[in-house]
Amino acid sequence: MKEKLTSLWKTLFADSVRAFGVVSVIFLASLAIAPAKNFFSEWRHYQHGYLKMVRNRSDANTLQRHFQGGIQQVWLPELSVVDRCNSCHVGLKEASLADVPTQPYRTHPVIPHKLDQFGCTVCHRGQGAATTVAEAHSSTLAWEQPILPAKYIESSCGQCHRGSLPGTPQLNQGRTLLAREGCLHCHTVKLPDGRTLKATDDPPSLSHIADKTTREWIFAWLKDPQVYTSTATMPNFKLSDDDTRDISAFLIANSTPLAGDTATLSAKASSDPAAGPSLYGESFCASCHAVQNAAGNMVGGDVGPELTKVGSKVKPEWLQAWLRNPRAYDPETGMPHYRFNDSQVATLAGFLLAKSDSDLLAKVSLQPATPEQIAHGKRLVTDYGCASCHEIAGIKKPENFAPNLSQIGSKPVTQLVFLPGMQHSLPDYIATKIKQPRAFGQGLKMPQYTFTPAQIDSLTTALLSLNDRSHTLPPALAVPGTPESDYQPAGKAGKLMTDLACFSCHRINRHGGDMAPDLTWEGSSVQREWLVQFFKNPGTLRPSLIRRMPRFNLTDGEVNELTDYIMTVYQNPAVDRDSMPLSGYSQGEVELGRQLFYGKYSCQGCHIVDTKTDKGYIGPTLTHVGSRLTAAWIYQWMKNPQSLRTGTAEPNRAMSDEDARALTAFLISQKGGSKEVANK
Amino acid sequence: MTRYSPAILLLMISVLAMSVATSCSHKTESAALPKATAFGAAIVESSGGKQVAQTGGLLPQPVVVQINDEQGTAVAGALVEFAAAEGVTFDPANGLTDSSGQVTTNVSLGGMAGRYPLTAFTFDKSHKKVELKLDEIALGYQQTLGRQINDQYCERCHNPESTAQRVSNYDNLDVKPHPFTEGDTLNKMSDADLTAIITHGGPALNKSALMPAWGNTLSKADIQALISYIRAIADPPSRSAGPVFVYANNSKN
Repeated sequence: MKEKLTSLWKTLFADSVRAFGVVSVIFLASLAIAPAKNFFSEWRHYQHGYLKMVRNRSDANTLQRHFQGGIQQVWLPELSVVDRCNSCHVGLKEASLADVPTQPYRTHPVIPHKLDQFGCTVCHRGQGAATTVAEAHSSTLAWEQPILPAKYIESSCGQCHRGSLPGTPQLNQGRTLLAREGCLHCHTVKLPDGRTLKATDDPPSLSHIADKTTREWIFAWLKDPQVYTSTATMPNFKLSDDDTRDISAFLIANSTPLAGDTATLSAKASSDPAAGPSLYGESFCASCHAVQNAAGNMVGGDVGPELTKVGSKVKPEWLQAWLRNPRAYDPETGMPHYRFNDSQVATLAGFLLAKSDSDLLAKVSLQPATPEQIAHGKRLVTDYGCASCHEIAGIKKPENFAPNLSQIGSKPVTQLVFLPGMQHSLPDYIATKIKQPRAFGQGLKMPQYTFTPAQIDSLTTALLSLNDRSHTLPPALAVPGTPESDYQPAGKAGKLMTDLACFSCHRINRHGGDMAPDLTWEGSSVQREWLVQFFKNPGTLRPSLIRRMPRFNLTDGEVNELTDYIMTVYQNPAVDRDSMPLSGYSQGEVELGRQLFYGKYSCQGCHIVDTKTDKGYIGPTLTHVGSRLTAAWIYQWMKNPQSLRTGTAEPNRAMSDEDARALTAFLISQKGGSKEVANK
Repeated sequence: MTRYSPAILLLMISVLAMSVATSCSHKTESAALPKATAFGAAIVESSGGKQVAQTGGLLPQPVVVQINDEQGTAVAGALVEFAAAEGVTFDPANGLTDSSGQVTTNVSLGGMAGRYPLTAFTFDKSHKKVELKLDEIALGYQQTLGRQINDQYCERCHNPESTAQRVSNYDNLDVKPHPFTEGDTLNKMSDADLTAIITHGGPALNKSALMPAWGNTLSKADIQALISYIRAIADPPSRSAGPVFVYANNSKN
């Protein structure tokens, strides 16, 4: 071996000229390494592939002309973006390549942003500066940011867009769930604009719980809320029987009685078996509360709790007191104060108490609680942070009980603990943590929720949008949403509106629910006399709606108070109620309006004016519209409905003043009496 | 130098072969299938075909398929496997039929907008493959926006189906609107025609005035988005519905 090497050395470096030649060859070869690496690089391979693919297409010339070889890059210093993705993804801007199923050549789907202005990694994550597939897409030791899976892509919209967007249903749902499902009671989320996200649910106070329900029910509920109702927001804390026993003992012992809850009513429940269901129906309880029917389907709304087994939960005296005036027990409740009389309360209570499930508490048998159990229960209530959600007398709401999630979307993978067999990525971590929070270790407190897979994806999307980039963006890029206002109506009428919980369904000045019409401009819209009648006996304007305005048994004084307030305060500056008369339009104008209604604008597709011929089901019925709306409102509505109610389905027809006036004349002549209409 | 190169080459080839071998063995390991206790003759769809989801997203309803024997009776314990283009995930990807002969799987579609044919297959007694194909649709951003616009403005008339939340107005109309899935008709209309009808109303193309003009309510981008949605869900598929992502069958069977 040694001899061979010596002879090789001799042949190569025998004389200086040859040695010079050999060294030169080695030198040249090493010089060639860099160009060779460049020549065999992945991006060059993909660019060759692109040109080969393009060659056989009918638009080959255009595509070849657009093609630019070499490393391409989008550089956006203010976003700290250096994205070379388009070195391989060559056809991103070529609309005609939308039919190409193979990456990296497909055109980018249509979005409202320009690639040159936002780059790629702002939305897709990944390593923008990398020029190999592995380094750009995956997380390696040196790089921390893998490509975001497509199912979470909407999280990137949420970095700048703080409000809901029509094109991002998953992000919107995730944000709603985050606020509604109780996450924010324990976890703090501070947005880049300094606002702190607020929970939209309102867990009940437990300070007077013994008035409302029994220790046995609390036990069954704590063991598994889903057994009582599949729509429970309350998660499962997976408590042992002993712990559940002690917590229920503490909650009952800690509860103080409220005066009204224990008084019994003298009135007897109605003997008429139909009275209960019909009062339940008339009061439109089902607009907010659901009951499971025989087929197992949920019938009713999800604003209030499900009532299928309510008879197994509440104490009869408490239920009666609650129906008489819910605000006496819970001043913050979304339930309206219906002003039922004693016999109505008795009827409704009887009807609801019959909705029970004998199996629910059959297996629960509890011995009287000992002081040790109560003390242990108190410790558990503190440990599990029950007071984060519920008001509990004597226990303070804990601060920072759970990790702050303000920048969870950028948490480095190195700081995460993964379960065996799990993919090591942040989205998978978040999704799995929501799905089975206790799997990540002993003694963890986060309870088990019952989210559907789609809900988990939505929540993960919303959480991923809370990341470092959303905090470091140039402020000019942030698109604020329209946050809920804290509008409260003033005075006596305001108190009345709170008492009737108008805001549980209606929205006024960006505050309130979305079940019923927005009333911000109601004073410009309706006639006073109609509103008075509507309060006394609310009919329905839309035949296809199941949810309706209930009757609140208001006194004349209360009706006047509310009507005066609405007519005075909820005025649209662009609509002068008195600028157009409610009658006195010429026959010609009314007739022209009728022709426009049935002809040019074909309003009967959605509305009913004549119940004999019209069948439109979408908009409100207009048979009485002349006694309901003001002429000025109708006119402005014809001109531009969206200016009065954002997002209304009524199309803006860009009507001429004459058309709008004629239609107003026709509609204002619809006063309900069929004879009156026929005469015209 | 040239003397050593074959050795190096050999070494490289062997390393390559080894890595291929390990990756292959890895694959078979992860695809450990449950053992079928029964065999059917046919595979049919119970529910879950022709659904629409967002790119990468879960189908709203799980896919349920049923295995029947020659007489059309459900078979329990038969093995069903699901397959589709890369990026589509099944949870679970295979399973034995339950007592009613069915297997249920949750499906997430791939990351690109277009059509995703899914294959569910089983083997009959003679080990012959029996297949069922289901078509699912993934919507991109623009089409999702279009769907939202459809839900808000169009669906009440254009979708004949009523739900508990939405009563359809379809039957109340003297001139019936085209459901947006009606590919036979809508595929023949150009984008320009659809834009004209949506913008200026039915009379723009001598159609019913019951279709109002939306040009002052919806922006041009909204209308484009709506059309992209209509194209995406057309059945039979429209030419501009986007690509079809087929399952590249690279396994040996």
